[in-house]
Parts: sequence; C-alpha cells; structure tokens
Amino acid sequence: MTTGPAVFSIDAAVADRGISVSLELADAETVAVLGPNGAGKSTLLGVIAGLLRPSSGHAELDGRVLFDAGTRWVPPHQRKIALLAQEPLLFPHLTVLDNVAFGPRSAGASRADARRAARHWLGEVEALEFAQRRPGQLSGGQAQRIAIARALAAEPDLLLLDEPMAALDVTVAPMLRKLLKRVLAGRRALIVTHDVVDALVLADRLVVLDAGRIVEEGPTRLVLERPQSAFAAGLAGLNQITGTVTEQGLVSADGMSISGVLDDAAVPGEPGVAVFRPAAVSVFPEPVHGSPRNVFAATITDLEPHGDQLRIRAGALAADVTLSAAADLDPAHGAVVYFVIKAAAVVVYPAKTGEAL
Amino acid sequence: MRGAGRGHGTITIPLWIWVFAAAGGFFILLPLAAMVTRVNWPQFVPLVTSVPSLTALGLSLRTSAVSTVLCLVLGVPLAMVLARGQFPGQRLLRSLVLLPLVLPPVVGGIALLYTFGRRGLLGSSLSVLGIQITFSTTAVVLAQTFVALPFLVLSLEGSLRSAGTRYEAAAATLGAGPGTVLRRVTLPLVLPGLASGAVLAFARSLGEFGATLTFAGSLEGVTRTLPLEIYLQRETDPDTAVALSLVLVLIAVVIVGLTFRRTTSGLLKSGRTRDA
Repeated sequence: MTTGPAVFSIDAAVADRGISVSLELADAETVAVLGPNGAGKSTLLGVIAGLLRPSSGHAELDGRVLFDAGTRWVPPHQRKIALLAQEPLLFPHLTVLDNVAFGPRSAGASRADARRAARHWLGEVEALEFAQRRPGQLSGGQAQRIAIARALAAEPDLLLLDEPMAALDVTVAPMLRKLLKRVLAGRRALIVTHDVVDALVLADRLVVLDAGRIVEEGPTRLVLERPQSAFAAGLAGLNQITGTVTEQGLVSADGMSISGVLDDAAVPGEPGVAVFRPAAVSVFPEPVHGSPRNVFAATITDLEPHGDQLRIRAGALAADVTLSAAADLDPAHGAVVYFVIKAAAVVVYPAKTGEAL
Repeated sequence: MRGAGRGHGTITIPLWIWVFAAAGGFFILLPLAAMVTRVNWPQFVPLVTSVPSLTALGLSLRTSAVSTVLCLVLGVPLAMVLARGQFPGQRLLRSLVLLPLVLPPVVGGIALLYTFGRRGLLGSSLSVLGIQITFSTTAVVLAQTFVALPFLVLSLEGSLRSAGTRYEAAAATLGAGPGTVLRRVTLPLVLPGLASGAVLAFARSLGEFGATLTFAGSLEGVTRTLPLEIYLQRETDPDTAVALSLVLVLIAVVIVGLTFRRTTSGLLKSGRTRDA
C-alpha cells in the first residue's frame, strides 16, 4: 500500500455490520459515497470519524495513523476529522458565534481569536448576521449553513458529510449545494448522499457502496456513463443488462442476446455490460422487425409518470414513451408488449471484476 | 408541529377517570388543609421563631445544603457512568444506587451505623484517627446524602439518556476532548435535569427523619433537624409541631414550584431547537 504524506487511506472492516471497505482520498479530493439504504455508508463515516470502532483494519491521514486494529486507536477529538451530520446539531445553549468558535476554542485558541475565526467562517457561509442568535431561532437551512461554518472552523484535515441536505426543504437544498460546492473546492471531503446531483456537482469521484462493500468507483461522469452496478445504472437512469460480450453485442446470463455498439475495450467472450436509455426504447403491441434492432417481449410491471412522458417498467427494464404514444398503446399491468431498441442506442463495455476495483 | 403537540386535548377522558383523579387530588390536599386549620395563627410567628425552632430550622437548611453539594459531587459522576459508560455489572450498580429510594430510612440509618459507627466497618478505623461520626452533624449530612443521592442520580441519568450522545459526538469531531465535552456540552445540555435533581435531593434531605434519628440521634443544635424537632414537639407542644410542619410544607411548595418551572422552561428551550 502506498501512503504518501498527503493521503487519507482506510482499509477496515466492521464485522458485526458486515462492512469491509478500502478507500483512498488524495489531498483536495472530494469523493461522494452513494448506495442503497443500509449499505453501510453512515457506518463508514462513523469509523473514519472515530465514533465507531472497526473490528479490524488500518487508517491513516497524511501520514498519521488513525487506527491500527488492536494496537493503535486515536480518539475522535485528536483526528482532525469533522463530521457534518444530516441534522445541524448546533449546541442549543450557545450562540451561533460560539457554536462556530467551538472548534478553535477546543483547539486551544483564546476566546477572542476563536470568535475572530468564527466570524471569518460565518462570513464564508454568508451567515454573519445570525452571529448573536440562538440555534432555536434559525430555520433548518440557516442552521445547516452554520453547521458547515462550524465544521470548517475546526480546520479539519478531512471533512465528512453525512447526507447534509437530506433533512432540508427541497427549496433550500440547491442554495446549500451551491455553498458546499464553493467551500469544498480544494478541500478533502467524503460526502455520503442519496442524490446523484450531489455527486455530480460536488464530487470528483464516486464510490458506490452496497451491502458493506464498494461495488464500483471512479470519476463521477464515467460511473454514470458506464455504470457497472445495477445501483449506479439506476442512479444514471439507464437500463442495464450484464452478461458476456459477443461480436454483435452481449448475451445475458439467462440467454437473452442484445445487439449494440461495442466499446473499444470490449472483448467478445469477456464479461460485459450493456446500457441504453429508457427514452431510446420504443414500445409496440406486436413484434416488429427491420434494420438492426433489438426486440424483447416484456410484461408490464409498473406504469409511472416521468416528466411529460410515461415510464413503462417491465421488471428491471424501463421504457419512456410519449403520452400520445401511450394513449395509442393503452398499456396495462400484466400486458405483454414489445420493447424495441435500435442497436445503435445500445452501448456495450467491459464489466470490471470485483478485484479490478 | 407545535399545534399537534398540544392536540391531545381533543381526546375525551372517561368520566370515571375524572372522579378518581379528583379523589386522588383530595387525598393529597385534604390532610394539608386539615393541618392548616389547626395552626395557632396568633402564636404562629413566636412559635416558629423560638430558639429551638430556629436552631432546628438552621441546622436543617445547613445540613441539607451540604448534603446537596455532596450529592452533586458523588451523583453527577455516578449518573455519567450509568448513562454513558459500558462496563460489566452496570445494571446491578444502577439497582444498588436506587436502593435507598425503596429502603425504609430507618434501615438505612442502621446500615450507616454499622459502617461509620464506633464499631462499624469504617468507624473503628476512623475512631483510631480520633474521628467520631455518629451522633454528630456529619452523621446528619451522611444520612441525608444516603437517602437523597438516588433522586439526583435518577433525574440526571434520565436527562443524560434523553439528551443522547449526538451533540457529544459532534463536539468530539470538532476537536473537543472528553473534559471539554463534559464542561461545554454535556452539562449545559442536562442543566435542567441537574437542577431539578439537586432541588429534589435538597428537598429529600430536608425531610429526612428515620435514618437521621437512627444514625445521628436527636441532640439539639447538633443533630436535631426540623423533622426531628417536629416529632419531639408533637407530644408536648402540638401548636409548635403544627406551625413548624407548615413551615416545611411551605418550603416544599416553593421547591416543587421551582423544580416544575425549571423543568418546563428547560423542555421548552430544547423543544424550540426541534422546530428549527
């Protein structure tokens, strides 16, 4: 393992929660962690922050050992890792200013210096006017802004954000996301989120955690364009079929073959992934034939509005059709229809095996 | 949400509940009223300001204050350990700490006697050092602390549990060591619980009778606290006993009033942050 001076690295397991994760963050890198509920995202942050003890493993931050199972354990307050939770958790008995000054005070700064630092960070989040208020007098969005200032004022070497916008009003979230983009620039941060927009806007890299394991990681755009996991495909809003690469496209594990455009790296005979957008799927009541096309019989399992279109789900696959097309089709649950996708709309690329991650 | 919290007024309580509740209220108020009717009002002030009365009252207030301080010194760490610690025998320790709450005070007094008495577990060593605890004001304080400690521990442990550890975890990730977290986060957050626990401990100390009489005796000016004085006067001078009883009732009313106000305002304060 190569751990240079300006790197955060963790390789740890929490046995009783079935979590085993290995992750590295370069200096000034922001990584988003996405995954289904219960994947272990918050547990991972807890282990890094020092609020949970891993059953085994090792972690280092800029050359400092954070823990080395069984031998070393640095308590949370000595890690220089701040954790911003879903709820702001501002100390209700302190003013906003003293909340933000809490980190510098704890680090040994004088009251005056700590308050000066607090004013600076309150200015950074454009919340200086709330300095003398009590947390009880703030709205949810204001409180979370203060919480961001408080975390930054502690000058952490690593900032952890645990779904920082999940508890906020949808109208407030975009403003806070903009603020986070500004303050996270050039900063090392790990942000757990369920919103792919957060990953796109805030993160350089995306990590998908499922059932306690990292199932996928890479630059955000690449993961969303070439998702390996079903979860990432869902995030990107893509239909995904995994199987074996063929000369024409891909054949799935259950024998369904699909024609598509092979990515340069795709090698026939190797494991592969095929993706296509739901909007690229046409739906017909009868099978149709013609130029290089894929035709699948599909049993409708779900119908839902999707923008100004209707999304027709058939198991794991989805098709978006215009409302007028839908009216002609008159789809119903359990009805058998035909999904038709032009081969040119299907991209086939190699599947990465777990070890390659 | 504010409206929803108060919305339980819409639930209709069965009529018979009201009847029993009224009976319960009367059961508490009626004896107090009965006592008030027996107060010799013209003599009230001279009775409660007589030398023995003032001596007993002064002793009671002083010893109860010291007991409350002792309860804080011993009870805050106990509550912390019970609410936040994880160690084998924790449940057993909690049951044992609460024991004085259910024990007849006279049994507590006997237990203290066999601990600090002249031939007690620690008393024999202490008497070698020339320290005599039994039948001294120190014994009064120990007896009161013994019976009052669970009140403080219970109240504070409850506050600590309901406050949760999330603020403490946030403080730790901001770089605050355990001492700073305790001083700047934990204690301020549980201050209402701590205050009501201390007030309850003071009240329990003030009313302590059985353990004090058994362990400390009834020496005027040394160990004869107000409840002991009232019990003594009951035989010979019922007017004084009733007058002093009224004084204790008034103190109790003030204490209950204080505790109630503090806890409710504390709840309101922490409740407001939830609205945010």
